[in-house]
Amino acid sequence: MRVVVLGAGNILLSDEGLGVHAIERLPLAYLLPGAVEIIDGGTCGMEMLDALEDLDALFMIDAIRGGQPPGTPIRLVGDAVPVFFKTKLSPHQIGLCDVLATLELLGKAPKYTAILGVQPRSLALGMELSPEVEKAIPTVLRMLVDELAMLGMRARQLTVKTSEIPRW
Amino acid sequence: MSQRVTIDPVTRIEGHLRVDVEVDGGEVKKAWASGQMWRGVETILVGRDPRDAWAITQRICGVCTTVHAIASVRAVENALQMEIPLNAQYIRNMIILAHAVHDHIVHFYHLSALDWVDVTSALQADPGKAAALAESLSSWPGNSKAEFTRVKERLAGFVGTGQLGIFTNGYWGHPAMKLPPEVNLIAVAHYLQALEVQRHANKIVSILGAKTPHIQNVAVGGVANALSIDSQSVLTVERLLAVKGWIDQLSDFVKNVYLIDVAVIGGFYPEWTTIGRGIVDYVSVPDIPLDGKNTQFALPGGHISAGDLSSFKEIKTHNDAYFRDGVAESVKHSWYEGGKGPLHPYKGETRPQYTDFEDEGKYSWLKSPTFYGQPMQVGPLPRVLAMVAAQHQPTIVYATQTLELVSTVAKTKVGLDALHSTIGRHAARAVGCAVQVDELARQWDLLLANMAKGDLNTFNKPVFPKDEVAGVGIHEAPRGVLSHWVVIDDGKIRNYQCVVPTTWNAAPRNEADAPGAYEACLAGTPVAIPDQPLEVLRTVHSFDPCLACAVHVVDTEKRQVVKVKAA
Repeated sequence: MRVVVLGAGNILLSDEGLGVHAIERLPLAYLLPGAVEIIDGGTCGMEMLDALEDLDALFMIDAIRGGQPPGTPIRLVGDAVPVFFKTKLSPHQIGLCDVLATLELLGKAPKYTAILGVQPRSLALGMELSPEVEKAIPTVLRMLVDELAMLGMRARQLTVKTSEIPRW
Repeated sequence: MSQRVTIDPVTRIEGHLRVDVEVDGGEVKKAWASGQMWRGVETILVGRDPRDAWAITQRICGVCTTVHAIASVRAVENALQMEIPLNAQYIRNMIILAHAVHDHIVHFYHLSALDWVDVTSALQADPGKAAALAESLSSWPGNSKAEFTRVKERLAGFVGTGQLGIFTNGYWGHPAMKLPPEVNLIAVAHYLQALEVQRHANKIVSILGAKTPHIQNVAVGGVANALSIDSQSVLTVERLLAVKGWIDQLSDFVKNVYLIDVAVIGGFYPEWTTIGRGIVDYVSVPDIPLDGKNTQFALPGGHISAGDLSSFKEIKTHNDAYFRDGVAESVKHSWYEGGKGPLHPYKGETRPQYTDFEDEGKYSWLKSPTFYGQPMQVGPLPRVLAMVAAQHQPTIVYATQTLELVSTVAKTKVGLDALHSTIGRHAARAVGCAVQVDELARQWDLLLANMAKGDLNTFNKPVFPKDEVAGVGIHEAPRGVLSHWVVIDDGKIRNYQCVVPTTWNAAPRNEADAPGAYEACLAGTPVAIPDQPLEVLRTVHSFDPCLACAVHVVDTEKRQVVKVKAA
């Protein structure tokens, strides 16, 4: 079993970076099974090819513009995944889209892909998340843990004070 | 009657570049290159600790994270006039070179070869003939009839299902596609093999950089890698031996596949050795420092005027005033408040002022950099020409060998002058890549030799003065000259400007209304079918555009992925 949790997005554009912020907090909030690899993908493209090949499951955490109120958690699976990439709701996906298409070509695409995220409020220049998105991060991590549970992988919740969580 | 064609976006990767061309009589008369996102990362850095800047600037771009990390630490070290340990230089150099080799291979095969290679035509190829041709040119083991047969079957399977996947957006069957089916098949096979080979370069970056895609090991003052002859937990000789193995495999591919493919494809498109000449004022900077103070370099760089190699003026060190004093940026045609004329980066301002797209006014988020008042072309072509002018022997050898093969395929003598062109930029990139992969092997040797002397130091602690200091970090990145300019006051950043390669090349018109490199190179480009402007894409892609770092911040909501407007 090989599973990757990929935090995507640009941390210089406030809520655009929520995927990266979320995966930084993930190992502080949960003890994950060894088969789960956490990757800070940022806005990268083809460099990710090796890391994402032959996965049993890929969970991408990202800002998702789904026409919901800011801070709304969103889960995309099945047919919604290719649509998410095709409509390019955020700028880094041209790169990731190419990576996934290339993995298809090689016959090494993930067997299962889910995109978990939050409706962003602000994509302005800045390194802080908006309060709405900040509040939704624990929910997104919980959604991820539920996804892992469906694959039979158990994560144990850790108790960490918010003040101890490092930030950019 | 002239026709206006808008291509938006042009890049298959990060970022948003819009190119408008006016087509008349089957060729481009006028062109505009426009960055469609606002740049402002510099403002995030003001007030921060200069030691953190590299980690933030490497988030500017999804394609070239490492180059911004390198330029940033060099800028701060330059401001402090500090020396860094030799081991740190060698490790940084290997990261720089492995990244460059990766970038060039991926750019050619995966991001631009399909402008020249018709994937669907490969289905008509005879794998036996393809193998005979490929084996006559190279000893690469992946050129057998069996290999080409497998690739053709795989491709047929893909096309048969109607799912071209990553190949969907190509201009298949376009009249400007001229390769025989066998060459197309060879190129598609190498496209797939390049996907395997690129991983070796990526592994080198991740071992040395401690992490990928964002490296973690650089620091103002050196690198954070602990070197060891025997310990298991750090960068050991054993891990370095693995790195050497990957370097050798990259070297084999670059010399026996990439260089040859570029020459063969170039030979079938001789007309493209005269298209896309444009700006032939070139600037590159020396890189791969061999001492701790950035005064001696493995790869030379400098300034060439009007395409004349005898005009070459070498930029000797990273403190060379000739580079530092020559750079200025104009915002006359950019969406920023201006009125002060071109500003040196230390004095640079970044205050947005958006208007609509105005052909004669402001039309881009990119500033327009100049070198002593002239627009420049930067990138692999300027770099390779500078190295030839500086009598860098390995560059001369690879360039000569490549041009000889082009001449054989084209059945006419093709000389150095052919490099000032669209296809020439691809050839120069491949020649430069061969030089880089050799240099990568040499830097490995230098690191090991230095460690064997007992020197394991990788870090000198920076000390920040109370006074104001300023520095420039210069780096010859894969796409050309990158410079980060920092002003530090009492240990905090007061001003920060990045002048990135794509800003030089994709610049809008400057203070004197002279066009930037893309704009100038597009003039005269033939366009057979205005709503399928493949030829325009060829010229733009030959620069390997990467707009994500040239400009920043975005509102792409409801924008189409690719929009070609022929009006």
